[in-house]
Amino acid sequence: MRDEDELRERARKATGKKAALGPDIDLGEYETAPVPHQYLADQELCMVPQAERQRLEMAGVDVTQQTRGGTYFQKDTTVVHCGVKQEGIEVLPIRVALERDEWIRDYYWKLVAVDADKYTAAAELQLHDGYVIRSLPGASSMYPIQACLYLDKDGLQQNVHNIIVAEEDSELHIITGCTTAPGLKRGVHVGISEFFVKRNARLSFTMIHNWAEGVLVRPRSVAQVEEGGLFVNNYICMKPVRSLQMYPTTHLVGEDSVARFYTIVVGSPGSAHDLGGRIYLKGPGSRGEIVSRVISNGGNVIARGHLIGEVAGIRAHLECRGLILNGGVIHAIPELEGRAVGVEMSHEAAVGKIAQEEINYLMSRGLSEDEATSAIVRGFLSVDIEGLPPQLKLEIDRAIEASDKEMM
Amino acid sequence: MLLIEDLQVNIGGRAILKHIDLEIKPGETHVLFGPNGSGKTSLIMAIMGYPQYEVVAGRIVFKGVDITHSPINERAKMGIGMSYQRPPTVHGVKTRQMVHICAGGRPDVDPEELASRLNFASFLDRDINAGFSGGEIKRSELLQLLAQRPDLVLFDEPESGVDLENIALVGEAIAVLLEKEREPGNARAMSQVKRERSKMGLIITHTGFILDYVPADKGYVLYDGVLSCSGNPAEILNWISECGYEECAKCAMKTS
Ligand SMILES: Nc1ncnc2c1ncn2[C@@H]1O[C@H](COP(=O)(O)OP(=O)(O)OP(=O)(O)O)[C@@H](O)[C@H]1O
Ligand SMILES: [Mg+2]
Repeated sequence: MRDEDELRERARKATGKKAALGPDIDLGEYETAPVPHQYLADQELCMVPQAERQRLEMAGVDVTQQTRGGTYFQKDTTVVHCGVKQEGIEVLPIRVALERDEWIRDYYWKLVAVDADKYTAAAELQLHDGYVIRSLPGASSMYPIQACLYLDKDGLQQNVHNIIVAEEDSELHIITGCTTAPGLKRGVHVGISEFFVKRNARLSFTMIHNWAEGVLVRPRSVAQVEEGGLFVNNYICMKPVRSLQMYPTTHLVGEDSVARFYTIVVGSPGSAHDLGGRIYLKGPGSRGEIVSRVISNGGNVIARGHLIGEVAGIRAHLECRGLILNGGVIHAIPELEGRAVGVEMSHEAAVGKIAQEEINYLMSRGLSEDEATSAIVRGFLSVDIEGLPPQLKLEIDRAIEASDKEMM
Repeated sequence: MLLIEDLQVNIGGRAILKHIDLEIKPGETHVLFGPNGSGKTSLIMAIMGYPQYEVVAGRIVFKGVDITHSPINERAKMGIGMSYQRPPTVHGVKTRQMVHICAGGRPDVDPEELASRLNFASFLDRDINAGFSGGEIKRSELLQLLAQRPDLVLFDEPESGVDLENIALVGEAIAVLLEKEREPGNARAMSQVKRERSKMGLIITHTGFILDYVPADKGYVLYDGVLSCSGNPAEILNWISECGYEECAKCAMKTS
């Protein structure tokens, strides 16, 4: 109990603490009172209204669950569906875990500091819910597990805390879709995520954000990867969002552990993104890769990346490419920090436009100028992500495809 | 038919092509020789419609339509295609996708089958031209053209950089594109084959090696932007190697 009291105390002291990056949000303007929603059984999930279903599908949620091994679905503050079909995989609401399972305390706030800023503090003091997904030792998820965090009530501040544990030698694939009800005007999403990749485990986490023009988003996530573990973190955000700031961090503590971050972002008019990835390479032989593809269509995108090499023999690369299509700003900030003799880190960053030569080449094969542009943009956004199951590759392609038309 | 009349082309204000006249009839293949920098690539880029090759006088007529100012894709749609000397890399666009684009929705185009003909199947899932070697670029370009099936094919040094084993594949692919493949054991009269043939070709070559695979009807020397010495391609090649380009360009022999 003393631990819990101490967490609360630290959170209380941080309620006024502004984040290091991103515009400050006045959380007082948003409601946090619980919003009840009806629980949906499997069949009811398939029968959500068409407009809502469309929003869900765009965020990578398969309401039929046919291609998913399990589902966690939270609407506003309430869990509306939670179930798993695969042996060796557990999916449960974090509030249930906190009440029932002692072991969750080994993970809760162990990687993200509760007093990092006012958002982490809010998630402790007014936790709504969140998911715990765990693959047991040696288990492997044949189909990805899906999680959806949905904002339905206008003016709500949704506080979520997720814990993901891939036990030794297990393989776990998760797709998380975050989206809003059609027509939602304003809201805040605060999402804490803590990832634990144990020895020789493989975890892929694909997050598709599909927010709305008046939504403010502050994810806070930290991962830890043990010996021989692999963590693949994909992030896709093709839709407008008023302000999104996050700097997910991974600690490669084990020998030969690997982390790969892939980020695909389109900045639309009125949107401000400040995002990046940070990898601490601490284990001998650990490797890190951060790849981002950013398009600005009139939005403002800051693309950060930070590699910290702490021991000899690590290798890491950071690649940031930006295309300014219809105005806006892309600000790439790649950072390399070597702290030992024998680290190998590199980066490449480029911000530019589509080469006319490439458009002409495709036109000489019969495409119109618009078709050629769109093929090049799609190619620019499609990064080859190793170790991703085909269903997830499909979802990423779909998200890119769907936004393609609006972009031109 | 391709008809070029008194074509003058500038790049950045500098005259690159001067008073070019050229006519390629259906079924004919012509060959273009000329020293480095003489304007050969510029000529076919102008025919393809690249805007930086600014047409300041004259006209280009294809299949009876004046295309002098048509955009590139319209020319492609009308049946003009080219094999590039130095095509750009397009990141994220796979070779396989390029084959589909070239096929323009025609269902009978099988990328695997076409690629295997050019010993190129293992490249289908690579980004187009990314890190391709000189010889690989040539095969990639021909693969795309096999899917596109243009009526007028412009080849920019299709055999340069291709190794001895692949040269036969390249030669055969070009012959297929121009409907000049040898028909084994077919006793049809040559004149009949010629009448059925409608594809046109314009091939830039320094060595003439490609002529071993594709018979050509006519050759020219382009020298300092001026087209001269039209005649039998093999003879022209001989003259060039004996007397050099300059002498060859001086002999303004017109044989037609
Ligand atoms: N974009 C450009 N800007 C300036 N000069 C150019 C440009 N493109 C071509 N040129 C010039 O035009 C002239 C003709 O070039 P072109 O590429 O047509 O030569 P080529 O006959 O194909 O030569 P090669 O045998 O070396 O391929 C050259 O002097 C070249 O430097
Ligand atoms: Mg040339």
